[in-house]
Amino acid sequence: MSPSIPLQEMIRAIRSARTQCEERGVIQRECAAIRAQFRQADNGARSHNLAKLLYVHMLGYPAHFGQMECVRMIASPRYSEKRVGYLGAMMLLDEKQDASLLITNSIKNDLSHSNQYVQSLALCTLACMGSAEMCRDLAPEIDRLLRASNSYIKKKAALCAVHIVRKVHELGELFAPAARSLLTEKNHGVLHGAVVLITELCERNPEALERFRKTVPDLVQIMKGLVISGYSPEHDVAGISDPFLQVRILRLLRILGRHSETASDAMNDLLAQVATNTDSTKTVGNAVLYETVLTVLDIKSESGLRVLAVNILGRFLLNNDRNIRYIAMMSLQKIVGTDHNAVQRHRGTIVDCLKDHDASVKRRALELSLALVSASNIRSMMKELLLFLSSCPPELRAQTASGIFNAAERYAPSQRWHIDTILHVLTTAGGDVRDETVPNLIQLITNTSELHCYTVHKLYRALLTDISQQPLVQVACWCIGEYGDLLLKGECQETEPAQVTEDDVLDSLETVLQSHMSAPATRGFALTATMKLSTRITDNVDRIRSIVSIYGSCIDVELQQRAVEYNALFKKYDHMRAAVLERMPVIEKNSLGQTNGESAVEAIKAVQPATVKQGEPPLPLQPANQVCDLLDLLGGSEEPLQPSSVQSGTASGLPINNSSTAGGDLLDLLGGFEPTPAAPAPAVTVYEKDGVNLTLLCEKHSDSGLTVTLTASNSNDSDISSFTLQAAVPKSVQLHMKAPSGDFLPARGAAKVTQMVVLNNPNKVNLKMRVRISYTSQGSACQDTVQIDSFPGL
Amino acid sequence: MIKAILIFNNHGKPRLSKFYEHYSEDTEQQIIRETFHLVSKRDENVCNFLEGGMLIGGSDYKLIYRHYATLYFVFCVDSSESELGILDLIQVFVETLDKCFENVCELDLIFHVDKVHNILAEMVMGGMVLETNMNEIIMQVDAQNKMEKSETFIFQSTRQDR
Repeated sequence: MSPSIPLQEMIRAIRSARTQCEERGVIQRECAAIRAQFRQADNGARSHNLAKLLYVHMLGYPAHFGQMECVRMIASPRYSEKRVGYLGAMMLLDEKQDASLLITNSIKNDLSHSNQYVQSLALCTLACMGSAEMCRDLAPEIDRLLRASNSYIKKKAALCAVHIVRKVHELGELFAPAARSLLTEKNHGVLHGAVVLITELCERNPEALERFRKTVPDLVQIMKGLVISGYSPEHDVAGISDPFLQVRILRLLRILGRHSETASDAMNDLLAQVATNTDSTKTVGNAVLYETVLTVLDIKSESGLRVLAVNILGRFLLNNDRNIRYIAMMSLQKIVGTDHNAVQRHRGTIVDCLKDHDASVKRRALELSLALVSASNIRSMMKELLLFLSSCPPELRAQTASGIFNAAERYAPSQRWHIDTILHVLTTAGGDVRDETVPNLIQLITNTSELHCYTVHKLYRALLTDISQQPLVQVACWCIGEYGDLLLKGECQETEPAQVTEDDVLDSLETVLQSHMSAPATRGFALTATMKLSTRITDNVDRIRSIVSIYGSCIDVELQQRAVEYNALFKKYDHMRAAVLERMPVIEKNSLGQTNGESAVEAIKAVQPATVKQGEPPLPLQPANQVCDLLDLLGGSEEPLQPSSVQSGTASGLPINNSSTAGGDLLDLLGGFEPTPAAPAPAVTVYEKDGVNLTLLCEKHSDSGLTVTLTASNSNDSDISSFTLQAAVPKSVQLHMKAPSGDFLPARGAAKVTQMVVLNNPNKVNLKMRVRISYTSQGSACQDTVQIDSFPGL
Repeated sequence: MIKAILIFNNHGKPRLSKFYEHYSEDTEQQIIRETFHLVSKRDENVCNFLEGGMLIGGSDYKLIYRHYATLYFVFCVDSSESELGILDLIQVFVETLDKCFENVCELDLIFHVDKVHNILAEMVMGGMVLETNMNEIIMQVDAQNKMEKSETFIFQSTRQDR
């Protein structure tokens, strides 16, 4: 009678269940029976019950109640029960369970058992799930077993030592001498274990690496024995003598030979021999060759050997077997950084692999192709990559798109080509590109001023065909908003001009606004673009006005806010409209994190909020501060996703966080409404011109916070009205301007205007502030800017 | 390091699942399902390496699999293992099973799961390859089975007395 018949009966019962429900029923009954039996005292069928439980566990049903049973079974003197108990421990227990601590003692006893199979069970379990404490306790035992036992146990002990070293790095020292001595063994299993152990020790600890370099001659000797020796039937796999061991030794040689001339010299002959003698018609031969090639390329080998290695890889690449081609591409990927030219020779084959129908091969080919793009082959490579993009599997699209963008950025032969390429990607795979693409593209477009006409024509046409690809639509809207006049002019050098009327343009923008496919961000773009067109077109301004006022009651808060502000621009601030909506300046490319408060100041056209909002219909503003928003123009074009400053809370100077990589700093200027008392104190004069005097006083009120008070006075004979101050600070500094005490500066210093500015400088950057002063004096508007670099009292 | 060894049939039913890193039961089942999903989509003449499983660990890990008749043998390994070597290891594993079970078929694996685990334990230990010589493995497995049989023989005879 075979011992696991009850297990087999249960399996049969489970298999005969026709539905999932039936199967669950059977399993529940069995589990209940098993649980009952566990609770009973020692009965004969314990191992069967646990075996049944493990089967059930494999099918996915909960089996944690078997953990204590495992512990009991491990402690049993019977081999059959121990065996199942250890198997259960490996499957059900891990170091996080408390029960695992209980088996430490059993393992310890079993490690010194007289029967080698019991020892091996203990070693196996320790290597699988030993926790750090268990490893520390049992490490001396393992060391003992490494030195003095039979080869069966030695090889298991060696791998167990590897696990211990992985868990507790310091114990590596303990095993180093034993590992060294194991290299003299004849048994291949032990040798294999020893090599793995030495590899692990060398990878973890550079001093161990130094010491083990001395073993290179021994390893070379062993390899030679394997390669040259005649046929040995016990280790032969398809004509090669123990390929697994060969591969392991080659890997260890690679680690030892890296960065070391002497070690590399000692291996050169051997590697050459292996490379030439190994039979590459079978997979095993290829495995050894592959490992050899990797080793040659990684150590400081002589150039002849390197050429040989790359040639072998080239041969692999042309092999019919897809596995080999995959492997070859993986290794070419590793060396494309160092031996770029050698890999370039195989570019044709690699690009062909892009068309293979195996998804894994495609993935490798894509990575390698992207690495091989250079200034000389950019046009042809890009053609291939774009072709690939249109037919590639969906999981690779994002990677392809971003790879194409990087390559285009680095090697674009001309601006027009660059823009064309990006547009092509957006039309093919618009949904998979990253968020920064839109601002980057916009920045690129503004920088190529000679191509504005061409770009806007192309984008307009693209918009007419398809409005589902959001990044494309966003860029198109922005361009039409900015350069709509070029579109309407009807002449263009680079491409055929479109005969477009103003209505057509507005129609297309309205389609975007109304389409259900448009994301909220996209609609924001479209609305702002419509608004911008109001200064660039002549006839249909009323239409724009009506569009803008319709959206004043839109459900989307962002759109509503914009619409209301634009409405205000039409009504009360019409005189400013042209200035506000004029062409954007060239945006400087800014990498993330750089602060660039100064450069963007000119670009800011801010509307002084002071009295506007009180008269407006209820706005979706936070109640608290009645904060006035300023038309954040840069915000509207560059980061559609970022709500304009109002929504983000009271303090305006919140640095715009994520999407604006392009474009300099955006400064949101803000005025609050709470009047603050003027602060009389000795202060530093920072500006004095035309009778207007501005002084500054600093007070530090916390570790990174600081209050700056600006006081203005007028020593002219005439009054100054509409006096406003605007401030800009570096990006990481937060700015909050409180309300000014007023905006009227009577003549001859009769009264002063004070404004408090609260700064928060968490990153402790060098604090600078630029202040713009604008006022009206004797009927004319004046404006000036002053930069404050030093803050007294800081 | 080998992270997991899975054997499942053409419908995704697991026949053997051995994980060398701890996961909860739900995660284990999810991994099995996801691996089956990835592997079953593959054509017959594509390469045996797969990347892209989310659960089983990320960019360093790949799946190396072989399809024999109704069973998929999948090894999930990281970059420290030679891919072609693992392919050969799968071959050695299957040949060993063949020798131990005499023309192994799926039913053998179903009804003798514990035996398969024992054979596997002689080949891969703690996620590392232990022994690749088929004869050596079979010798050890036979010796252990003999030991177990001698115990249970005594046990069986006492049981029959009850």
